[in-house]
Amino acid sequence: MVTIFGKPLLLLYGQLTLGLINGAFYALLSLGLAVIFGLLNVINFAHGALFMLGAFVTWGLLQYLDIGYWPALVIAPIIVGAFGVVLERLLIKRLHGLDHLYGLLLTFGCALVIEGLMRNQFGSSGVPYAIPSALQGALHLGFMVLPLYRAWVVIAAAAMCLVTWLVIDKTRLGATLRAATENAPLVQAFGVNVPRLVTLTYGAGVGLAAFAGVLAAPMNSVNPNMGSNLIIVVFATVVIGGMGSILGSIVTGFGLGIIEGLTKVYYPEGSATVVFVVMVIVLLVRPAGLFGRAA
Amino acid sequence: MQLSRRLLLGTAAAAATLPVQRVRAQDKATIKIGVLNDQSGPYRDTGGLTSAICAKQAVAEFNAQGFNVEVIYADHQNKPDIGAGIARQWYDREGVDMILDVPTSSVGLAVGGVAKEKDKAYINTGAATADLTGKACAPSIVHWSYDTYMLAKSTGGATVKSGGDTWYFITADYVFGHQLQEQTTRFVQAAGGKVLGSSAYPFPGTTDFSSFLLQAQASGAKVLGLCNAGADTVNSIKQAKEFGLQTRIAAMLMFITDVHALGLDVAQGLTLTESFYWDLNPRTRAFTDRVRPKTPNNWPNMIHAACYAGTLHYLKAVQQIGVAAAKKSGTAAVAAMKAIPTDDDAFGKAYIREDGLAMVPSYLFEVKKPSESKGPWDFYKTIQVSPPDQAWRPLAEGACPFVKS
Repeated sequence: MVTIFGKPLLLLYGQLTLGLINGAFYALLSLGLAVIFGLLNVINFAHGALFMLGAFVTWGLLQYLDIGYWPALVIAPIIVGAFGVVLERLLIKRLHGLDHLYGLLLTFGCALVIEGLMRNQFGSSGVPYAIPSALQGALHLGFMVLPLYRAWVVIAAAAMCLVTWLVIDKTRLGATLRAATENAPLVQAFGVNVPRLVTLTYGAGVGLAAFAGVLAAPMNSVNPNMGSNLIIVVFATVVIGGMGSILGSIVTGFGLGIIEGLTKVYYPEGSATVVFVVMVIVLLVRPAGLFGRAA
Repeated sequence: MQLSRRLLLGTAAAAATLPVQRVRAQDKATIKIGVLNDQSGPYRDTGGLTSAICAKQAVAEFNAQGFNVEVIYADHQNKPDIGAGIARQWYDREGVDMILDVPTSSVGLAVGGVAKEKDKAYINTGAATADLTGKACAPSIVHWSYDTYMLAKSTGGATVKSGGDTWYFITADYVFGHQLQEQTTRFVQAAGGKVLGSSAYPFPGTTDFSSFLLQAQASGAKVLGLCNAGADTVNSIKQAKEFGLQTRIAAMLMFITDVHALGLDVAQGLTLTESFYWDLNPRTRAFTDRVRPKTPNNWPNMIHAACYAGTLHYLKAVQQIGVAAAKKSGTAAVAAMKAIPTDDDAFGKAYIREDGLAMVPSYLFEVKKPSESKGPWDFYKTIQVSPPDQAWRPLAEGACPFVKS
C-alpha cells in the first residue's frame, strides 16, 4: 500500500475530499461576512446566529407547514434575510459612521439574544432533520464513499460563491455597490438610494448565512449553539483572506478546509488550532490578509 | 418630656419583640438546596431547569413537617471556576445546605473540593467522572445516576459479548472523554476484544466528524465507540449514518434527550446505558406523569430522576438527624443517607454505599425502530439489566481514601 508519512494514500484522498467539502462551507459562510464587511463596514458577529436561524427555519417549515428541503433552500434565506433587513433598519443603521467596535458589540449582543431566545424555546439538544430522499445514498469513488448529500453541498456552495462573486464583480448592480462603499455621498448624488442599497446588502449577506444553514441542517445537529461553534473559524477565514475581499474568503475557505482535513489525519487534537496558527503566520507576513489591500 | 418617655417606652417594647421573633425563626428552620448546573449551554436539556423542577417535586412530595425547604438554582456555564465560586458563596453566605446536580466532570470535581473543605452535603447526579467516589471522594459527597465505569462496563461489555470485538474510538479531548475511553478499553480487552485505534478531537469546537469516521472505517473495526456527549454525539451518529458506516455504534454516554434530538430514523438500533427510563415500570411512569406537566418538552432522564430521588432521600436523612445537625455537618447528613435504605418511584429500593455511590441497577437499552415506537418519547427496549453489585465499580477498586478496607 502506498503511504505518505505513515498514512495510506487512499485515506488521504478521502480526507482531501472531506476538506474540500468543509472548505466549501467555510467559503460560503465567510462570503456573507465579507460582503457585509466590505460594503457596510460592519463586523457581523450575529452571522453564526443567523446561520442557526436558517437551519431552524428549515426545520420549522417542515415541522409546521410541511414544506420540504428544496423549497426551504429558497424560502429560508428569504425569511432570515428579511429578518436581517429589520435588524439593519432598527439597530445597525444607527451605528453608521462609528468605529467598527460598536458594530461588533451590537451584533455580538444580537447573537447572544437570538441564541438565548432559541434555547429557551427549543432547548439545547436540538431537533432532528433528515436528508432529503433524492440525496440519500452514496457514490463509491474507489478511495472513499462520498455521500450524495455532501457532493450536493459542494456543488451548491461553490455555485453560490460563484454567483455572488459574479454579481459583485461583474454586474452594474455590483459596480454601484462597490462605488457606494468608496464614496457614498457621490453615488447618492447620482440618484442612487444608498441607505436602501446598504440595507438590502445586509439582507443578502444574512441570506447567504441562512442558505448555509439550510445546507447544514441535514448533516449537523440543528441546535441553538450550532452557529457559535462555527463562527470563530469563519472569522479566521475572513481575516486570513483579507477583510472584505470576496475572492479572498472563497479561496481561503477552501484552503483552510483542506489544511484542517489533513490535520485531522496526522494530529487530530490540533485540528481546531491549526486554523489560528495559519492566521497568525499570515498576519505576521501580510497584515492585510492574503487578498486584502493595506489601508 | 412626656413625648420622649413615650418614645423610650415604644422603643423598649419594639426591642422586646425582637428576640421573640428570632426564637420563632429558629423554631422552623429552613433547609436550603442549591441546584447548580448548565442552564444555557450544551447540557441545558440533560440537566438545566428540569433538574430544579425534579428537586422541587421531591420537596413537595416529602412535605416536611417541622422545617421549611427552599430550592434555589444557578448556571455554572460548564466552567470549574464559576462553579466553585458559586458553591463557595452558597455554602458560606447564602446558607445552602446541599448542592445538587453539577454536570461536567471538571466542574463536578471542583465543587466536590469545596463541599469537602466546608463539610457540606453534595449530591452529584450530573457528572460522569468515577473519581467522585474514587480518589476525589469525601464523606459528605453522594454520586447518584451514572459514572464512566458503569457506562463502560454495561455498554462495552455487552457489545463485545455480542460479537463486537474490535473497536475504534472517537473521543472528546478532555478528562471525561479520556476516562471513558480508558475504562471502556479495559472492559473490551478483558472480554477478549481489541482496540484498533482512536481519534481524540478538540472539544469544544468540532462539528464535522466525517474525517474521524473515515479513519474508523479504514481501521476495519467492527464497533465505533463514541466517548463524547450531547451535540457531539448527535453529530457523530448523524454523520456516521450519512456516510453509510457499516460498523456498529456504541454511544458510551447518551441520554434520552439526545435520542429525541436525533429522531428514531437515525437513532434506531443504537445501544446505550442509563439507570432510569420513564417507561420501566408503574412507579417510573407515575413519577414521570407527576413531573411532566411542569416540563412538557423535556422528559426526565437519569440525571433528573436522580435529582428527585437524591433530594427525597436527603430530606429523609435531615428528618432523622434533625435540621440543626444536618445544617452543621454535611458528613452527618450523608452518613444518615447511607444508613437509611433508599426507596423512591424513580429507582425503587436501593442503598448508598460507604464511598457515596448510589447502588441502583443499570439498564442497557436499544433504541426502537420508528415502527416500534407507540408514542412520544417511546424510545427504548431493555436488553439487559445489571443488578447494583454488578453494575458499579467494586468498593475496593475505587481507592477512596476515607473508606477503610
